[in-house]
Amino acid sequence: MRGILGGRVYDPANGIDGEVRDIWMRDGRIVPADEIDPQGAETFDATGLVVMPGGVDIHSHIVGAKVNVGRKLRPEDHRGSERERRGGYWSGSGYTVPTTHLTGYLYAEMGYTTVMEAATAPLVARHTHEEFADLPIVDKGAFITMGNNHFLMRAIKEGRREEARDYVAWLLRASKGYAIKIVNPGGVENWKWGGNVEELDDEVIGFEVTPRQILETLGWINDELGLPHVPHIHGINLGRGRSGRTTVESIRALNGRRAHLCHLQFLSYRAGKGAMHLSDAASVAEAVNTASNLTVDVGQLVFGPATTMTSDGPLQHNLHKTMGGRWVNDDVESETGGGIVPVTYEPTNPINSVMWLTGLELFLLIDDPWRVSLTTDHPNAGVFVHYPQVIKLLMDSAYRAEMFAGIHRRARKGALLPELEREYSLYDIAIVTRAGPARSLGLRNKGHLGPGADADATVYEEKADKEEMFARPRYVFKDGGLVVRDGELVAAPQGRTLHVAPAYDSAIEERIREHFREAYTVSFDNYSVSEEELGRNETVPCDA
Amino acid sequence: MGCLSCAALARTSTEVTLRRRESSSIPIEAETISPDRFRGLSETQIARLPAYYGRRLVTLGDLFEIEGVHTDQIGVEGDVSHVKKIGYGMTRGSLTIRGDAGPHTGALMSGGELTIDGDAGDWLGAQMKGGVINVMGGAGNFVGGAYPGEARGMNRGLIVVRGNVGQEAGLRMRRGLIVVLGATGDFPGAHMIAGTLLALGRLGPRPGAGMKRGTIVALGEAPELLPAFRYSGTFEPVFLRFYIQHLIKEGLMLSQRQLAGPYLRYVGDFNELGKGEILVHV
Repeated sequence: MRGILGGRVYDPANGIDGEVRDIWMRDGRIVPADEIDPQGAETFDATGLVVMPGGVDIHSHIVGAKVNVGRKLRPEDHRGSERERRGGYWSGSGYTVPTTHLTGYLYAEMGYTTVMEAATAPLVARHTHEEFADLPIVDKGAFITMGNNHFLMRAIKEGRREEARDYVAWLLRASKGYAIKIVNPGGVENWKWGGNVEELDDEVIGFEVTPRQILETLGWINDELGLPHVPHIHGINLGRGRSGRTTVESIRALNGRRAHLCHLQFLSYRAGKGAMHLSDAASVAEAVNTASNLTVDVGQLVFGPATTMTSDGPLQHNLHKTMGGRWVNDDVESETGGGIVPVTYEPTNPINSVMWLTGLELFLLIDDPWRVSLTTDHPNAGVFVHYPQVIKLLMDSAYRAEMFAGIHRRARKGALLPELEREYSLYDIAIVTRAGPARSLGLRNKGHLGPGADADATVYEEKADKEEMFARPRYVFKDGGLVVRDGELVAAPQGRTLHVAPAYDSAIEERIREHFREAYTVSFDNYSVSEEELGRNETVPCDA
Repeated sequence: MGCLSCAALARTSTEVTLRRRESSSIPIEAETISPDRFRGLSETQIARLPAYYGRRLVTLGDLFEIEGVHTDQIGVEGDVSHVKKIGYGMTRGSLTIRGDAGPHTGALMSGGELTIDGDAGDWLGAQMKGGVINVMGGAGNFVGGAYPGEARGMNRGLIVVRGNVGQEAGLRMRRGLIVVLGATGDFPGAHMIAGTLLALGRLGPRPGAGMKRGTIVALGEAPELLPAFRYSGTFEPVFLRFYIQHLIKEGLMLSQRQLAGPYLRYVGDFNELGKGEILVHV
């Protein structure tokens, strides 16, 4: 039993805005004060300190096949970012693509206790779970890519919606995934023929379906299965000059159906002169503001090294042609594809500068903080260890103006950002880094400090420099145990793997078995990840 | 810059001398042995600087007898062929290894003089940005090279190796001069971006593979060239005379006559930019 006493608590899910409260934890849960016998409890004096629920990252690429290929592709990323083995903790290395243990440590040291791996192809889900087993402290889950899946597209084409639904349920169980992920629906399949999709009604080669139909069907399936999260969508035309327009059209196409649009910064541009992109954040934010069915995360760009990795194969080919450096292209059989390209974002680059301000404009123009999550699409737009810098940019308009003055003049010209004076409060930050993403993920025990919640909490010392404040928490608690003190690790327990187990008609399995015989390199019987392979895990219930 | 060939003999009283206490095959990592780190430190303070003995964190005092103070001239004695990273990142002063040196010696250095009386290991002067490295013996692979994943190798500075060098000397080199008096191993000047590799001995097979720009000069036996190089004329390069003048001033026993042309010029690698050149002494 532990108590965090006398701190100023920011718990937006329970409407608590900086009021002085005591937080009590027992058996990994938050418990009301009247159930506690303070005798014998270990207490932490939080007088004058800021108490928040543990951070929740709704979209990050931290484990699995493509992250590991990223590690292998970038030996230089490891040099200079080594952590020595000490005090019973593992050694590790890597800046944009850190090793598994180090990833868990770094998240915890920043006050985060839940992280979602944003893209796992079902065929390589076992790799994801094996790395999860070596990723300590945080709770985690994996989103399963389905936007270019042959079985699904064939079922959609043939109008067998129920079969598609049962397949998705089976697939989530087989991969021990948490949510439906859609990446460039149809475009990744067309890339296998050297093409892409550019409009919602373009045809997917060989399947006679459209991106619109894929989005619509998976949205329907998500509601039918009552999954805790909503479809997690990386739309079409990512990174292109017309992506803002496409995003607004996609929002309309969703037609009120619930969804999460991820790393929206990458999808909010309009074309400028020549190859220049400009921010289209104003029209995208307007569309998001009027669509209460949506949540988004920003994917804020952070200047410095990054490693782009996505299932969006054609995008990565374009990026490789622009950058001229290393490139990995991947084909995951009948499921999806992918690519990896290392980049460095520079304020001296006009397009990078526009990307930076587009993200901030989205943060500042989308009115309801409950529908915006703070992410850098790690490691695509920036490394997660820089979240404190993003927080400072949101809370401190003077700092924002100072950085704005340092970006490329072509990006500054005519930009909306300097006119936006909004500053996030600590309450807003607690929403975009905790309460909001937890709600969007449907994690009822996360992102808040009410009775029954998981006892994941972070205590910060309030400082004028918000980057300093959020980079080094005074205390971090996971499942009620102290894991970080003064920014340093004091324990590294194993977190849970969160997954869903939606119900389905088992008659589908024979059809899937048939599909495996004709399309897969592995057999049906060797495909599914069993619960025994997961280690500590929790099935998050579905509503259906 | 002093006379390179005399540097080994110079042993002034103003030097800090480190004497390896024993011989051992356990790899040691000691990037703390550098004029920058020693500057202004007493013997006891130097003895407290960290180093790795295998995976164990130890101090320089555990590994070396230390003598001398307050100077940026360092002498290293005893068997240090298993000591990595001596002079790593040094920016000033002088460092003399009186014997064989281990891997990564002088890597990332940007100034000062590094002298090795014996042979050097792999990654000698990797990604160096300035200064002079003078090796009396031979050197291992990747002299002045780029570490895996890095875009550029050596970028300014001078490396002189009197003996033979291993494979991929000057890998991804961007600027500067590497002089090898002995033979070079396979793929000399691989992926060169610019700079000069002067090979007085036999030039190893497949020179300049993937080179964009830069110059490889072959004074020894006519090398076996890749098909992606094309003959582009015979000439007497003026710049070489200046290079040789400079090297003679640096103390190398060369003569203008020995290197007087003409040279056959081959350009390539046409799988890349094709602006590199290999000059073969006739």
